[in-house]
Amino acid sequence: MRFLKITKNDWARGVEGLKDSFRVFGPVLERSHFNFRPLEKGQEPDFSFRNTRLSPKSTVYPQSEILFTYTLDKSRPDHHVHKEPPRDETPRAILGIRPCDAKAFGLVKLNFDTPEYKDPYWLSAYEATTLVGLACDEPCSACFCTSAGSGPFDEAGLDVLLKDEGDHYLVKVLTEKGGKLVSAAGWAGEASGAEKAFVDGAAVAAEKITSFVSADKLAGKVTNQLHNAKFWDDVAFSCINCGTCTFLCPTCWCFDIQDEVAGTDGVRMKNWDSCMFPLFTLHGTGHNPRGQKTDRVRQRFMHKLKYFVDRYDKGIMCVGCGRCVQHCPVNIDIRRVCEIMNEYEPEPETCPA
Amino acid sequence: MENPYYPYPVRIASTVIETEDRNLKTFKFEFLDPADEEKFSYMPGQFAELSVTGKGEIPIGIASSPTEKGFLMFTVNKVGVVSSALHNMVEGDIMGVRGPMGNWYPWEKLQGKNVVIIGGGFAFTTLRSSIVYMLHPDNRKKFGDIHVVYGARSPGMLLYRDELAEWERRDDINMHITVDRADDPDWKYNVGFVPSITEKNAPKADNDTYAIVCGPPIMIKFTQPVLEKLGYAHDHIIMSLENRMKCGIGMCGRCNIGMEFVCKDGPVFTLEELNRTPREY
Ligand SMILES: Cc1cc2nc3c(=O)[nH]c(=O)nc-3n(C[C@H](O)[C@H](O)[C@H](O)COP(=O)(O)OP(=O)(O)OC[C@H]3O[C@@H](n4cnc5c(N)ncnc54)[C@H](O)[C@@H]3O)c2cc1C
Ligand code: SF4
Ligand code: SF4
Ligand code: FES
Repeated sequence: MRFLKITKNDWARGVEGLKDSFRVFGPVLERSHFNFRPLEKGQEPDFSFRNTRLSPKSTVYPQSEILFTYTLDKSRPDHHVHKEPPRDETPRAILGIRPCDAKAFGLVKLNFDTPEYKDPYWLSAYEATTLVGLACDEPCSACFCTSAGSGPFDEAGLDVLLKDEGDHYLVKVLTEKGGKLVSAAGWAGEASGAEKAFVDGAAVAAEKITSFVSADKLAGKVTNQLHNAKFWDDVAFSCINCGTCTFLCPTCWCFDIQDEVAGTDGVRMKNWDSCMFPLFTLHGTGHNPRGQKTDRVRQRFMHKLKYFVDRYDKGIMCVGCGRCVQHCPVNIDIRRVCEIMNEYEPEPETCPA
Repeated sequence: MENPYYPYPVRIASTVIETEDRNLKTFKFEFLDPADEEKFSYMPGQFAELSVTGKGEIPIGIASSPTEKGFLMFTVNKVGVVSSALHNMVEGDIMGVRGPMGNWYPWEKLQGKNVVIIGGGFAFTTLRSSIVYMLHPDNRKKFGDIHVVYGARSPGMLLYRDELAEWERRDDINMHITVDRADDPDWKYNVGFVPSITEKNAPKADNDTYAIVCGPPIMIKFTQPVLEKLGYAHDHIIMSLENRMKCGIGMCGRCNIGMEFVCKDGPVFTLEELNRTPREY
């Protein structure tokens, strides 16, 4: 493992240099909140954020993405045939991503990179991306990353981890990709004793996390018993199916496919979608297997906390970033729901005497 | 990297109106590039996304059998946006087919077994594929007795009527065609609902007999108790589900029943498997 120490001037110069060979994304203040955006020449990532309002998933997985283009003009020889648009595979760097959000990419990858099928759009963007994390020294109150399989210094999804030391950064180079980025930025200056600063920093930050979930018993539950449990109506009662939770979440990946035509030119595109919307599962016949609000709220939590756990054996589909907890307009809290599910014991079968 | 969203370009080779209400049409497609036909190798029970350029895609069961070469066949009910657009298309038009997708009826496990096919309404498409496949001279000896119970509202609503008549004349398949009611005095087959015709004609259950059931929910609801009464174990009752789909490859997240994706892990499940999953279909 390589450690570097770079001054904030080196940092700024390096970031500018990176823009020659990378598309660089970083947190930017937009009115009241931060989001990850492509950085223009001369624009620095603003690290005075705690975390961004939207997750950085759109840097790899745009909210709307063209899969194919085609023409309906029958005088053209290739009319009605789908053509892949050229993909921008320029290397990308995401600067200042929080460790939990980086870990989330690894969970989403399980969906888009399977033994049977690979999503070339998501995967090529992901592979072109180098993730430069910023360790969380001051986690938010709604964060519960340490009990959701991640943590304020989690290295799992990252290529590089930065630790802010006031007038300089300590840099931990985690992967080969990370090494290349560091060289491209011209960052040198080995910091041999820095290991300890990361270990200590991680321990201090973890101490500041005050909220937790227990997910240890979820894998052992019987799916249908959890699904049929009586608590779902209560959990879903106040939900207004706005979709904020799935929109903000770094691990939510569901999408829709739509065609759009203007004149004789058309595109087929992939758009973010949400299990919270009734149209998501509505059949052409009018039948809807998740027609009630409770069905949809249950789907969101069962997917994250049970189906995903069972399918991949990689823990829950949540990294504890706290966004859905902070921004749900009616305070539906995944920490509480996880607790209810984890502690659930099926009602004893009453003997039909 | 192969792009699983890419629809193979096809030409509509023929269209046939199947039913008296004109809502069901059968389409035959030819691949524009014959090499794509090789890549599209499928088994009865699988489906494909029919891709109407400019309108969208719909998952439709493959009605042709892999033993039939040179074309793909689908029968499409006119329901909404894409299926209606497809109904308006004509021979020679270019569109796309993406697939094959999903699993298939368990043909390995069915070797040497008796097979009872129970279908209702227009869900007979992959069952047609299955029958043609089993009756093919290379395959017929691999299976025991074959029974088919197939019902529709009226004689004019049955799919593939010429083939049904042909199968009726064969002695290596037992056909039990039925309609809810027949105004036609020449109707020479059964009258009655699928569950009761099944009860009368399906062979008694044993370890070597499997039922494949496809049809509208109401038919399935009343056929299941009949099969149970005949002694069919839940792992001997095979069903195919239809959930709303988009990607067809287990990624877009909408078609799941519990941890299973109907598009990728299904659409074919045994009743025993379905008993273990949430009833979200
Ligand atoms: C595995 C499978 C096999 C099928 N086989 C056949 C068949 O052989 N013949 C046939 O006529 N129909 C079949 N269907 C049903 C058929 O897919 C729908 O009727 C069709 O998608 C309706 O699309 P639409 O655009 O006309 O309707 P709209 O209501 O306009 O639907 C809009 C979109 O929603 C989706 N959608 C809507 N209803 C369904 C549905 N029931 N299932 C899946 N997606 C849906 C489609 O992506 C569709 O493009 C099958 C469905 C599945 C899942
Ligand atoms: S943010 Fe809250 S109210 Fe909105 S869909 Fe999610 S749980 Fe429901
Ligand atoms: S479910 Fe909520 S807390 Fe968990 S990763 Fe998604 S937005 Fe963050
Ligand atoms: S149709 Fe997209 S996951 Fe099944």
